[in-house]
Amino acid sequence: MSENYHLRCRECGRNWGNQPRSFCEECFSPLEVTYDYDSLNGPAIRWSIESRPRDLWRYAELLPLPDRFRPSFPVGFTPLLPALRLAARWGVPPGVGELFIKNDAVCFPSLSFKDRVVAVALLAARRFGFETVSCSSTGNLANALAAQAVRQGFQTCVFVPADLEAAKILNSAVYGARLVRIDGNYDQVNRLCSQVAEKLDWGIVNVNLRPYYAEGSKTVGFEIAEQLGWRLPDNVVVPMAGGSLITKIKKAFDELILLQMVEPRPVKFFGAQATGCSPISDAVKRNLERFEPQRPRTIARSLAIGNPADGPYALKTIRDSGGWAEDATDAEILAGIRTLAETEAVFAETAGGVTAAVAAKLFRQGRIRPEETTVLCVTGNGLKTTDALTQDLVIEAPLPPRFDEFEAYLDQTAAGIGGRN
Amino acid sequence: MNVTVEIPSAFRRFTAGASKVDCQAATLVELLSQLEGRFPGMARHLRDESGRVRQFLNIYVNEEDVRFLGGESYTFREGDRVMLVPSIAGG
Repeated sequence: MSENYHLRCRECGRNWGNQPRSFCEECFSPLEVTYDYDSLNGPAIRWSIESRPRDLWRYAELLPLPDRFRPSFPVGFTPLLPALRLAARWGVPPGVGELFIKNDAVCFPSLSFKDRVVAVALLAARRFGFETVSCSSTGNLANALAAQAVRQGFQTCVFVPADLEAAKILNSAVYGARLVRIDGNYDQVNRLCSQVAEKLDWGIVNVNLRPYYAEGSKTVGFEIAEQLGWRLPDNVVVPMAGGSLITKIKKAFDELILLQMVEPRPVKFFGAQATGCSPISDAVKRNLERFEPQRPRTIARSLAIGNPADGPYALKTIRDSGGWAEDATDAEILAGIRTLAETEAVFAETAGGVTAAVAAKLFRQGRIRPEETTVLCVTGNGLKTTDALTQDLVIEAPLPPRFDEFEAYLDQTAAGIGGRN
Repeated sequence: MNVTVEIPSAFRRFTAGASKVDCQAATLVELLSQLEGRFPGMARHLRDESGRVRQFLNIYVNEEDVRFLGGESYTFREGDRVMLVPSIAGG
C-alpha cells in the first residue's frame, strides 16, 4: 500500500510501519501515527475539505485511512455553538470576547466524541484483518464501538465496569454486541484488556489499535479551527480521562499550522477533571514531574480513570502551552450540567458538567480572560447520565387535570411565573 | 521471599520465551535488580536513565498497582504474584 503515514515511537523515534501495536518494543513508549507532511499541500487540502460532506471524513488527508477509502457513515462535524448567555453568566460583557461550546453531546451515531475514534479505529481493524473487535470502556466508547462495529459486521465484545450508569449499559447492549461487565474499576478492566490483547487475536481499539484510534480525536480540533473560519482559539478547555483528547486537539492545531491551513497562534490548553479522580490536574496544581495514580470516586464516571495512559503527554501539553488544569467536586459538576442546559440548551453528561465547572473557575482565577476566544469541549450526552441528576433536580408532585387546581398551584408558586390575566 | 513474576510478551525475548519467572526478593528494588541480573537485555526496559521504574510500565502485586502499596519501598510477602504490564492502553 502507498499510505503516507506510519507508526513512530514518541520517544525514540523508531519507525514501526503500519501494524496493530501500541507501544515500542525498544523503549516501551507509546506509538503515534505520523504523516509524510512534505507530500501534503495544505492550502489545496483546505480547499478540498470545504467541498466535502460535513462529517469527519472531510479531513481524510490527515487521518490514517486506507487507500481508496469511501466513507458511508456520517460521523462527527458537530455544532460549534456561540455561548453568549453562558458568557454573561460568567460575567463576560457582550461583545468583549468569544465563548463557544464544541457540542459532541450530539455526535452521530452514539452521542459522544468516542464515535470519532471508533470510526477511524474500525478501518484499521478491517485493514489488519481482525474479525473480532473490542475495547475497555467507561461507557461512551463501548456505546460507540457497539453501534458502529456491529453495523459493519464485526464480532464485537465490549468490557465495562459492572457498576456503570444504567443508560450506558443499555446503550451498548441494544446494538447486539457482547457486553462483559467486570467487577472492578476501569483501571482493572483496562488491565484485563491488555491481557486479552496478548492472548487473543482481537483488534482492541484502545489497546493494540490505539495509535490509529486516537487519531480520530484530532477531528475535534480540525472542526474547531474550520468552524472558527480557519482560525485557532486562544484557549480550549478539555475534559481529561485517559488524557488523549487534549493531546490530539493540540496535534490537530499543530498540523494545521505546519501545513499553513491556519495562521500560527499560541493556544492555551486547559484540562478538566473531577476532584474525585484528578491525577492529571493534581500533578499540574502541585507541579509534580509524574502524576500519581488515584482510586476514582466521582459521579463523572466517564472520566474515572485513575491511571491515565496519556497522563504524561496531557501534562506536557498543558504545561508547554501555558495553560492550567482544575477539578470540580460532584456538587460543582451538577451545577455545571444545569448551567450548560439553562444558558445554552446543551444537555451534557457529567463530564460536560466537569468542563463547565472548571471553565467557570478558570474565568474566576483570571487564567482565561474575557476578551479572548475560548472553546469548551462537551464530549457526551446528558441523557446517558440522568442518574446523577435525580438527587439534584426537584420534580414536583402531579396535579389533578382541573383548571382550579392549577390556579391554586399558580397562586402558591406565583413568583417568577408571568402571563396571568 | 519467593515471588512469581509474569512476563509480558514484549519481554519474553529476554527470558527465552518464559512467561513466568520465579525470583527471591524482599523489595521491588531487589526484584528489579535480580531480573536485570538474570536477563541483562531487560534492564533498560524496566528502569530509565535515572534508575526509576519506566513511566510507561505498570507493576502490579497480587493485582494491585504497586504505587498504591508504597511503590519501590513495598516489601514482598511469601508467594506474591507480580505482573509487569505496558501502560499504553485505554482511555
